[in-house]
This record gives sequence, structure tokens and C-alpha cells, in this order.
Amino acid sequence: MTDAIASLGRTTINALVVFGRAFVFLMRVLASLDIVIRRFGLTLAQVYSVGVRSLLIIIVSGLFVGMVLGYQGYITLVNFGAAEALGGVVALSLVRELGPVVTALLFAGRAGSALTAELGLMKTTEQLSAMEMMAVNPYRRIFAPRFVAGFLSMPLLAAIFSAVGVMGGYLVGVGLLGVDSGAYFSQMQSVTDWNEDVLSGVIKSIVFGFVVTWIAVFQGFNAQPTSEGISRATTQTVVVASLAVLGLDFILTGLMFGAG
Amino acid sequence: MADPAVADSPHIVIENLRFRRGRKVVFDDLSMRIPRGQVTTVMGPSGSGKTTLLRLIGGQLRPDAGRIWVDGQEVAKLSTRRLYALRKRMGMLFQSGALLTDLSVFENVAFPLREHTDLPEDVLHALVLLKLEAVGLRAARELDPASLSGGMARRVALARAIALDPDLILYDEPFTGLDPITMGQIVSLIRQTNESLGLTSVLVSHDVAEAMAISDHVVLIANGRVVDAGPPDELEARASDWSAQFLQGRPDGPVPFHYPGASYRDDLLGQGERRDD
Repeated sequence: MTDAIASLGRTTINALVVFGRAFVFLMRVLASLDIVIRRFGLTLAQVYSVGVRSLLIIIVSGLFVGMVLGYQGYITLVNFGAAEALGGVVALSLVRELGPVVTALLFAGRAGSALTAELGLMKTTEQLSAMEMMAVNPYRRIFAPRFVAGFLSMPLLAAIFSAVGVMGGYLVGVGLLGVDSGAYFSQMQSVTDWNEDVLSGVIKSIVFGFVVTWIAVFQGFNAQPTSEGISRATTQTVVVASLAVLGLDFILTGLMFGAG
Repeated sequence: MADPAVADSPHIVIENLRFRRGRKVVFDDLSMRIPRGQVTTVMGPSGSGKTTLLRLIGGQLRPDAGRIWVDGQEVAKLSTRRLYALRKRMGMLFQSGALLTDLSVFENVAFPLREHTDLPEDVLHALVLLKLEAVGLRAARELDPASLSGGMARRVALARAIALDPDLILYDEPFTGLDPITMGQIVSLIRQTNESLGLTSVLVSHDVAEAMAISDHVVLIANGRVVDAGPPDELEARASDWSAQFLQGRPDGPVPFHYPGASYRDDLLGQGERRDD
């Protein structure tokens, strides 16, 4: 019994220590952000590797999610004679929820794990240490550009996901199931509100981008410098980031739509 | 360097250094002076904290007690800005080379120049070629670090370490895991670099023959303290039991072959340390 309490205590303290380190790390990265403006090329290169290289998985997933939404939405709506409302249903589901959430989950798996593995390996092979000894601050040269790149890419990827999803819904709804093309888009236009729907989705994707990138970069920085350590850190990034996204989505949805 | 007082003063002074890692005491009251403009090797058994010593000198670790001065500046008390200014005059060669894997050989050597200077591209190009020529790898400039052998990676790392013309170079186990030819190349490069650039070289190593051959000054450390120090020939002449065992590589002596514990006889007879549960 005492053992169980002791181990609970130890786990809690360890978790708090990691959280504290993550917070200090974040503060240091934020204090180094001037490099992003001074040498935008560094960040741009990272936007390419974090954002552009995630495009394929985002576009393909967005297309399929949109197509499935088109099917499911049509099957339900047609029972009520409201198949014309399909455009609105697809757009709202994507812009409010699926766009930011699914993109963030995919982003954690594709870009987050790559960031963690890259940084963990740089630490293991003493590249970060060597940089410090060359009087180059790794927070400015390595962490800050990656952090900003992730943070910038996420909302853009989420927007692309939603846009492609809308086209996927169109392909199935209009192309396959015979919903009127004009009705699809006019419904979409009339039910989607800029502030309430689009902006709330954008806010979500910004928050998710921040959190996923923070977790990924920190896990790489904090990884044990062994092959096992890197593998554990990479797994942690995907697990912790995915859970954080889902938890935060619930909270953000509650905050943004709960009161209304 | 023009000031004779500076020229004669030791480059690095370590006084009463204490450092522990967890419960393990790495350094216990360690003091040494590293003379300017010479090759000094710190030797000691594996696990005696040689690499840790370099990290303390470079300010990557802070001592628990005691002080370290590099060029008259106390490393642990420097602000980040001044520490970085000091590091620009300090090159470090890591055992693995620690080359940046996403950059070519050329860009690795150019890295410190690009980060710290505003040189026009043609001047930078000439400088990098000069450094690569010095280590014999000018023709390998387009290669990827992953395709280099261990010895080549270390030579590129040396070219990078001297890119900013430092006045101090720290070498972490430069001879470990090299074939005889590469070993010879590295040994002569360290000596040549020291002489042609007039800098202070600090090596940590446990390769006795190579280290004794190129050093002007040798410091032996064990159990967190300095056991002996001096020029290599003097050290060999007056070696204490421990130093003699280390320098001649005898398997048994003051440092026992057997891990300390109950005697073999007691263990066999079941009288040693035994778990009764």
C-alpha cells in the first residue's frame, strides 16, 4: 500500500518536473523568436519540411473524409427530404471540427514525430552540443524556426484539409448521388458563418499547431540520447500530442459554442 | 598576446574543482594549470571524467564548487553573451565529429563563419577551402557527412573547429577507434595545427603512446584528482606505482583487475555476500 502511494507520488513529481522543463523550454524558445524575423530563410526551410511535405497526407485524407461525409450526410438527410442541405453539413463539420482536429492528429503523426526524431538524433550525435560550443545558440538556430514553422503550417494545412474535404463532399454528393450543384454551394454559403464557424476553426487550428509543435520540439530536446530514448520520445510525441488535441478540442468547443 | 604577462600566464587555470553527477563524485578538489601555446593531454582511465572536464572548461556544465578560468575569465560566472564570445575563440573537436548531418562537408566548415561573420561569398569560399586543404579534404567538400569514415569526419570537424581561428582547441578522445594510418594523420594534424596557428591544445585521451608522443605537458587524473603532471619524459621517469601501471598498461597493480568484493575463496565456500531469502 505504501509502495503504491510512493510510486504515485514519484510519478506525479516526475510528471510535474517534465511539465516544468517543458514550460521553461517554451519560454526560452519564445525569447529567441527575433531570429525568425532576422533570418526568415531558416523558418522558411522548416515550413517546407514541416508543412509542404505534409501536404500529400493532408490532401488525400481531406478528400476521403469529405467523400465519406458526403455519403453519410446524404443518407441521413435524404430521409428528411433535405438532401439539398448536404453542402452545409459537409462544410460545417469540416470547418468547425474535422478540419482542425484531423489535421492536427495527422500533423502530430507526420510532422511532429519527424521533428522529435530529428532533434533527438541531433542531441544524440552531439550536434546541439557542438553548436553550443561554436557559440551558436540552438534555441535560436534550431528550436525557434521549427517551432514557428509548425505553428504557421498547422492553420494553413487545416484550411487546405477543409477546402479539399468540401470538394470531396461535392464529388460524392453532386457527382455520384445527384444533389444539385448550385444547392450544394448556396446551402454552404448560407449556413456557414464567418465569425462563428470559420474563425472558431481557425482559432482551434492555431491552438493545436502551437501545442503539437511545442510537444514535438520539446520531446526531441528532452529525449534520452540513446536509440531507445529517441524511439520513446517519438511515440510520446504522437500519443501526448493526439490526446492534447482531443482534450483541447473539447474545452475549446465548450468555450466557443457552449454559451451560445 | 603582445603583453608578456598574458603570454606567460596559463591559458586555463582550474582550482579546487568539485563536480558530481547524481551521487557519483566525478571531481573532488581537482586543480591544474594548462600552459598557453602548448599541447596538454589530460589522461586517465575510462570513466574518470575527462570529457566532463572539457564540458566544464567550455561552460556547458557548471562546477559544484571551485573555479575555472579560461584566458583570465571565470567561465561559470560569465553572462551568456560573454560565454559565447569566449567560445568563439575556442574550438572543440568531439569524439564523433558531431558534424551537422543536413549540411555538406563544405557547409559544415562554413557554418561557424556564416553564423558569426558577414564575409562575402567568395572570401568565405576561399577560407573554407583553406581550412579543408589544411586537413587534406579539399576534394571531399561536396560529400555528405554520412558518407565519411570516422577519421575523415574527425578531420572535417577539425577544419570546422579552426574555422574561426581560435586560440584554444579542446580535443575529446581524438585517437579513439582509428586505424593506424588515420591515427598517424590525426596525430600529425594536431601537432601541426598547434604549431602553425600558435594555439593552446587540450586533449583528453587514454591512448598513452600517441598522447605522450605529441604532448608538451601531461596531466594524469584518477578518482577525481590529479595524480601526476609534467612533461612526458619526466613523468615516465618518476612515475608513481599508479602512473606506471597506467602508462605501461599493466593489467593489475594499484588499480586492481578484480572489481572489489568478497574474496574468491569466501564466495566459493558460500561465506561471501549471499542472499538468504
